[in-house]
Amino acid sequence: MKVTLKLFASLAAHLPAEARSRHRIELDVEPGVTVADLIQRQGIPPSQCAIVLVDGVWVAGPEWGTRTLAEGQALAIWPPVAGG
Amino acid sequence: MAWTKNVLRVNLEAGTCTTELLNMQWAQDYLGQRGLATKYLVSEIDPKVDPFSPMNKLIFVTGPLTGTMAATGGRYSVVTKGPLTGAIACSNSGGYFGAELKFAGWDMVIFEGASPKPVYLLINDGKAELVDASHLWGKTVWETEETIKAQHQDPQIRVAAIGRAGENRVLYAAIVNDLHRAAGRSGVGAVMGSKNLKAVAVRGTRTDAYQMANPQAFLAATEAGKKVLAANGVTGQGLPTYGTQVLMNVINELGALPTRNHREVQFEGAHDISGEAMHEKRPTDGKANLVTNGACFGCTIACGRISRMDPSHFSVKDKPQYHGASGGVEYEAAWALGAANGVNDLEALTYANFLCNEDGFDPISFGATVGAAMELFDLGILTEKETGLKMPFGSTEALVKLAEWTAQGIGFGKIIGLGSRRLCEKYGRPDLSMTVKSQEFPAYDGRGLQGMGLAYATNNRGACHLRGYMVSPEVLGIPVKMEPQATEGKPAMLKAFQDLTAVVDSAGICLFTTFAWGLSDIQPQIQAACEGDWSEERLLLVGERIWNLEREFNLAAGFTAKDDNLPPRLMKEPAKTGPQKGAVSKLDIMLPEYYQLRGWTKEGVPTAETRSRLGV
Repeated sequence: MKVTLKLFASLAAHLPAEARSRHRIELDVEPGVTVADLIQRQGIPPSQCAIVLVDGVWVAGPEWGTRTLAEGQALAIWPPVAGG
Repeated sequence: MAWTKNVLRVNLEAGTCTTELLNMQWAQDYLGQRGLATKYLVSEIDPKVDPFSPMNKLIFVTGPLTGTMAATGGRYSVVTKGPLTGAIACSNSGGYFGAELKFAGWDMVIFEGASPKPVYLLINDGKAELVDASHLWGKTVWETEETIKAQHQDPQIRVAAIGRAGENRVLYAAIVNDLHRAAGRSGVGAVMGSKNLKAVAVRGTRTDAYQMANPQAFLAATEAGKKVLAANGVTGQGLPTYGTQVLMNVINELGALPTRNHREVQFEGAHDISGEAMHEKRPTDGKANLVTNGACFGCTIACGRISRMDPSHFSVKDKPQYHGASGGVEYEAAWALGAANGVNDLEALTYANFLCNEDGFDPISFGATVGAAMELFDLGILTEKETGLKMPFGSTEALVKLAEWTAQGIGFGKIIGLGSRRLCEKYGRPDLSMTVKSQEFPAYDGRGLQGMGLAYATNNRGACHLRGYMVSPEVLGIPVKMEPQATEGKPAMLKAFQDLTAVVDSAGICLFTTFAWGLSDIQPQIQAACEGDWSEERLLLVGERIWNLEREFNLAAGFTAKDDNLPPRLMKEPAKTGPQKGAVSKLDIMLPEYYQLRGWTKEGVPTAETRSRLGV
């Protein structure tokens, strides 16, 4: 099934070079894939995953291993950032 | 102690500068900067005074940590009765001006009356004089700073000035120091203009301006504080690299990015105007918009954006004066100039932001007002005949032209300079003004983030994100994660944030430290700097006292609980897309609990017990 992975700020370095400017790639993944699976698959240090959203909804760290993605959903991740 | 204990009182009508001792009892009760100047202001003016009357006063004020080794200790504030809102106005700025004022030996400068002719105040350590500014009137902030430095043959003079927007009394005119740092909100620059005061120029060289209560403890406390900032992912890496602008994609994904005058909550062009986009090389010249980051005095975070425009962009191709590096868009400016109008041209946003810096006006209120005007145009209420240009949502040309007209005080720019509330009332649609207490919203939708909605409604200076930043728990998980749509616990968290923020704003340091620092990091620095017992409990009491003093001023000025409200759009029109789809503000659930926690009546008035407890 297809899901979207969006990596922002410094995490874009974990995307293929051609995908970095748009900060997103489409992935073909097996059903039942979890947030933690995708983080590991892209080689992202979990400590750098400060804001983790599935379709815009926050997923807390303890839930990464059990939160599965459905067809067409988007996982977006940021390192520690803030604004004002 | 970290106060200089000196107040400079400038009577603009008589042309006199006199020195008086700081009221140290008030310093003990209100700490400094925001709190202390508010105490002076409410003690000296009638809350019902016309903000542009000579009877209104304008106070430039530092905090006890301003100009010290505390990280980010470069802040100063400008306190007055604001013309945009009619409420208490307190605008905070960074840069180097505040520290210079402290080095010259002054905790605050109180301007009273109005000068019969344009003047600027020149401070050289203990000497202060009013100088004729006839040759500066009509000039921009940038020209003014350059002229004053050249005139006095001293490139190290620090200047805080108004541009043409302040002279023309744009109701959200700012006071700009160090070219692109600003006391930006609520129109403090327009009050300065009404007093014929063009600038404050300061040179401070005193090494004995203040003394620490406990120098050794202060060095240890500030050193420890800097280590915390450096080790924190947000203040050590995120903010220096991407600035506040990194929030653009976060808030858009979350469905809380107000778009096209809050008609929508997600902007399809968010990525084009984001912090990440500022790093990307342009196809036109192969260079990125972002040149480097920048820091204010004593800051170890350095979140500031320094940008260079594409010289071939239509807005500046014949204007080489804008081809150099200058203050770039921060998140709030990028949102207001971009998403609020549906404009996704980063270069145009940068140009408009340059103009806001150059002529001194608030990009948040300006951009949001343009958004309201574009909606009126979209509805056919405003026409090209009325405005002099086509201005549909998304029109880059209209944004650029309106920024130029507002800066220069010409054409429809005069109407834009009135702000969103007065614009929408003028054209019979007050419901389309996205404001609280007549001040325009910043970059978070009060439907998407319930706590921010409550923060806007209860803010003493009108809609503003800097008095209780509920984005921290609702989006960033700092200090704990709260669900955006939840209401439980939000009033209590907001009250704690508001009181803590009042302490930070009164100390002389930057609010951004609180992404890493808790009160336990700040308290030792204040304790070591200031004489007396400054426990965490006492500091929070000071913060609560400040909040209530501001509230009392507004109540006396004529505000009531009815003004603790949000526009009907946020209360009745559900968010259309994204994870917050269907949401409206639940302000009616949260506000009564907030009043109760504050010790206020159901009418939003502090009870006798609260007044007695706080000594307000």
